[in-house]
Amino acid sequence: MEKKNLLEIKDLSVRVDGRHILHDINLCIQPGETQVIFGPNGGGKTTLLMTIMGFPRYQMTKGKILFKGKDITSLPLDKRANLGIGLSFQRPPVVRGVKTRDIVAACLKGPEESKTAEQLAAKVNLTEFLDRDINYGFSGGEIKRSELLQLLAQAPELALLDEPESGVDLENIALIGQLINDLLEKIHPIHMRTHSGLIISHTGHILDYVNARTGYVMCNGRIICEGDPHDILTTIKEKGYRECVSCPMK
Amino acid sequence: MSDEVNALQKETAGTATGKQSTPDDLDLSLYESQIAEKPSYIDPSTLADKDKRQMMSAGIILDDTSQRSGTFIQMDNTPIHSSVKQDGIEVMAISQALEKYDWLKDYFWQAIAADTDKYTAHVDSHSSEGYFIRALPGSKTLYPVQACLYLAKSRLVQDVHNIVIAEEGSELHIITGCTTAGGREPGIHLGVSEFYIKKGAKVTFSMIHSWTPETGVRPRTATIIEEDGLFLSNYIIMKPVHSLQAYPAARCNGENATVRFNSIMVAPPGSRMDLGSRVFLNASGSKAEIVSRAITTGGDIIARGYIEGNCPDSKGHLECRGLIMGDSGTIQAIPELKGTLAGVDLSHEAAVGKIAEEEIEYLMARGLSRDEATATIVRGFLNVDIEGLPPMLHAEMKKAIESSEQDLF
Repeated sequence: MEKKNLLEIKDLSVRVDGRHILHDINLCIQPGETQVIFGPNGGGKTTLLMTIMGFPRYQMTKGKILFKGKDITSLPLDKRANLGIGLSFQRPPVVRGVKTRDIVAACLKGPEESKTAEQLAAKVNLTEFLDRDINYGFSGGEIKRSELLQLLAQAPELALLDEPESGVDLENIALIGQLINDLLEKIHPIHMRTHSGLIISHTGHILDYVNARTGYVMCNGRIICEGDPHDILTTIKEKGYRECVSCPMK
Repeated sequence: MSDEVNALQKETAGTATGKQSTPDDLDLSLYESQIAEKPSYIDPSTLADKDKRQMMSAGIILDDTSQRSGTFIQMDNTPIHSSVKQDGIEVMAISQALEKYDWLKDYFWQAIAADTDKYTAHVDSHSSEGYFIRALPGSKTLYPVQACLYLAKSRLVQDVHNIVIAEEGSELHIITGCTTAGGREPGIHLGVSEFYIKKGAKVTFSMIHSWTPETGVRPRTATIIEEDGLFLSNYIIMKPVHSLQAYPAARCNGENATVRFNSIMVAPPGSRMDLGSRVFLNASGSKAEIVSRAITTGGDIIARGYIEGNCPDSKGHLECRGLIMGDSGTIQAIPELKGTLAGVDLSHEAAVGKIAEEEIEYLMARGLSRDEATATIVRGFLNVDIEGLPPMLHAEMKKAIESSEQDLF
């Protein structure tokens, strides 16, 4: 029996600061499914995640977004988060004076409620960062782990992961992969999972650690290719994104 | 009193006796002045409930003082209570201390000059009362000493002259609450405080001000720190005040003397606060840190800071941050550094603005509402990490801040 879609995006077009960035995006994610979007810098990948999350700067000019069957197109950011959407930021802001512990505590709910911030922080190897100002003086890798710490506390049904491996050294990339697998319940077979992921990756390195069912290529604000993520990545590695743009199959 | 401190005080306070030179000048002739009355003694637990409530809002404990090493209370111009619970610690009215110790007159007006401005002159000419707190050599307070300066009578000038002496190797923690009987009665608080921190001594001084929209407040504080001494000052004002102007000065005169000033100020509409801290690094290895957090919800704030390095291997850092909440109110940050020779290491950072929308949205993406996100950011903004404060006092400071935060939203 086919599952209902967790996320459904229909004919989505988006404008940012007066510029049209996304055009006619259609995308569906089922419960337990992980998808990955490849694409060159400036292609619109982050804009898509920010629009799904509901940031006011990203204005929808067309289309709609359904989450768990509900039209969330006009729902504000915090309401979407509380419905079960979470985002791992690529470049989160520093919030001086607000401790990592404060945000993790604010995120803790659902199945993670009984776990303390300390336990989760130990899992992501950030125990000593709990009492530091969030993102202040964090390295690239520490930011990624801090974002995943917050998402683990939030336990969203849909995790939007923006370049989770960028800036992470080789030593820590396996940990990042493991944390994403935990977040997306990869330990279970897909039919038992309830948590889904949409991952943005410029390099595709994350696929060495996290399996995804479907891959897309996004260029110039459009999805131009869909298929097996490993096949797509192989083509990109061999021929670059230029081949995707000129591909007759798109 | 060194010339440079004196000159600055005169310049910033602006008003020598009888002169009127700043828009914030308080006309003392419009208020009643008194010659201080002889100290009396009452049990603080017998104070009227209304007065107790006001004092407690400024961090003073009255019913069960087991968590305090000593207590001093002055109502208007009369000390009404002084007591001490620990050997090696002295707490009494300044007039009593002058009777007891002949040498005390040698400390009078040494850290700050009586003719600094018309407010110090007023205190000097009215035989002012105040507290004398002293830790004998090597003595350390188990619990903080508390002092309350309470302005009860309408249209009165409260004159206060305090002296704190931490003898060699001692440790003294003081919490001071200054407040009024409430309402909207006008009044003026003039408070001169002189701190003498001897070799290897440590003093933490935490002051909570809780005034009314009609109170004029002119604290005049100066501190002298000797070799290896430490002075840690925490100042909090989160309630309305008509006009507050203070620019306490600390002089690190001994090698490795250290001073930290932390100030938290919130100015509601109608309040005007001109507040800063000054440090003079006069000895090798001396260090200063000045941190201020200012929020306006409609009032006007001038947040000053001044560090002067006069000796090689001295180090100072100044941090002024201001947050403008709402459509009115101003914050003017004036951080100043002066190095008089090579080998000083002075730095500052200052920022004034509103809460960044990006930060609010970041927290909203974690499920917090806009109001919750704003409150979290403001709470974080006011969360100054206070190093060196005993955990109990730290908790009390935090509680004082949190209890006033609700007025912000």
